Amino acid sequence: MSTALVYALCGASLVGVGLYGFITRAHLLRRILAFNIIGSGIFLLLGGAGSRQGAVSPDPVPQAVIITGIVVALSLTALAVALLVRLVEDTGRATLPGEDASRDA
Amino acid sequence: MNVADWLSALSILVGVAFFIAGTAGLLRFPDVHSRLHALTKADNLGLGFISLGVAIRMAEPWSIAKILVVWMLTVLAAATVAQLIARAALGTAPEEAGADDHR
Amino acid sequence: MNPALLFDVALAALAVVAALSAVAGRDLFASVAFYIVYGILIALAWMRLGAVDVALAEAAIGAGLTGVLLIGAWSQLHRKGATETPPGPSSAARLLAAGASASVAVLVAVIFVGLPADGAGLAPAVRENVAESGVSNPVTAVLLNFRAYDTLMETIVLAVALAAVWSLTRDELWGGIPGLRQHARDGGVLATFGRLLPPLGLLVGVYLVWAGSSMPGGAFQAATVLAAVWLLLVMSGAMDEPAIGSTAIRLTIVAGPALFLAYGTGGAFLGTFLGFPADVAGMLIVAIEYVLTVSIAATLALLVAGVPRRQE
Repeated sequence: MSTALVYALCGASLVGVGLYGFITRAHLLRRILAFNIIGSGIFLLLGGAGSRQGAVSPDPVPQAVIITGIVVALSLTALAVALLVRLVEDTGRATLPGEDASRDA
Repeated sequence: MNVADWLSALSILVGVAFFIAGTAGLLRFPDVHSRLHALTKADNLGLGFISLGVAIRMAEPWSIAKILVVWMLTVLAAATVAQLIARAALGTAPEEAGADDHR
Repeated sequence: MNPALLFDVALAALAVVAALSAVAGRDLFASVAFYIVYGILIALAWMRLGAVDVALAEAAIGAGLTGVLLIGAWSQLHRKGATETPPGPSSAARLLAAGASASVAVLVAVIFVGLPADGAGLAPAVRENVAESGVSNPVTAVLLNFRAYDTLMETIVLAVALAAVWSLTRDELWGGIPGLRQHARDGGVLATFGRLLPPLGLLVGVYLVWAGSSMPGGAFQAATVLAAVWLLLVMSGAMDEPAIGSTAIRLTIVAGPALFLAYGTGGAFLGTFLGFPADVAGMLIVAIEYVLTVSIAATLALLVAGVPRRQE
């Protein structure tokens, strides 16, 4: 068990947690959160893969790609939030059509 | 471990104790204002002791100065945010502030 | 198990719990708060992995700016009464989803463990060539030299994302000002804080770009600090958001990508697109990073501010 493996396994679990939230939660702000959690889980996997050598600092190429990814994730989150706010303004709901009713019944 | 290491460890432990006390206050106190009181007092002191503990281990004066700046900025931000939250809580009904402080 | 590894396991477990609380909790605001905590825990995880540049980016962007964006979104939804969590699917469906998600997580973990252990990756190649990149921080060397085309595309993606956000503006507000006008009590704590912090924030921003060539830091982290200064100035009422129709603000946004593209094209004339000889590359990288920092800072701050809500 190494530090890199611990965080890579953490990343894999986060992908699962994010996926679960994305499937089961209808509120779109929660889906945006879930989407970001999946993303950072994948970053952790990539970072874990880049530091398996046990060197002082991990492989700089995955690091640079992850920094790029974090910035792109923010810009997409901002776009998703803007779309969500517009959806709420126009329909009064923060869920996709057909997902606002309880299916528990 | 030499004397500096022991001092550093002691200081960090004291800091952690303050954080635990503050967190207990956050969880147990009944309303926004007393929770804020617990949090800001405990966390500022806790971070102060942890910063001190870390600073003892630093060799360069430059690093110590950076830790000092970090601590001061955190205290400043925490004090400002605490004031804003307290003011916002005053604006809401007392029972709402007590039962539903996170809004 | 040694104590450091024990800390790693505890931190990883905390991050997963925070993520679960963010997606599975009842209250939407609590979810947002848990997400911010999650971002800070992940930044700590990057520190433990030795990826200081990523930790800085995650703390500043992943937890900081995304947090401001999400809280802003929550308050807009709250005002329109759209923060009620709709009832979820039936418990059978939830169980099915949990099973499927867990299988994906296990599959990903198994694939990771099965990766060939002897893969040295690209670290040796970067180490050998870092002297030719003009900077000594390997991450900055990758970002602005070896894989500069990624970064060029990224800055363009940022500008396009902002254009996409602006495209959601209502017709009558086109060219207007994003967000609501913020007021702070004169001489109150927020106004004082908003006046005290920006000079220090500017200094930290400039320092982070400069330090980025040899130590952890760089244009993106610095730009986030500057964007935070911008947002603080707006929140404390010291400054209003600019109108999106302003030519100055549009030029500021495209200046970074445009200069980067011009630099790449200049390199193409000398032989390689985005390639420059080592003796001038260092100077050019720092110069481009400063312009990029200003453009990215403006883009990030305006992305968080959102669509125009009023006219001048």
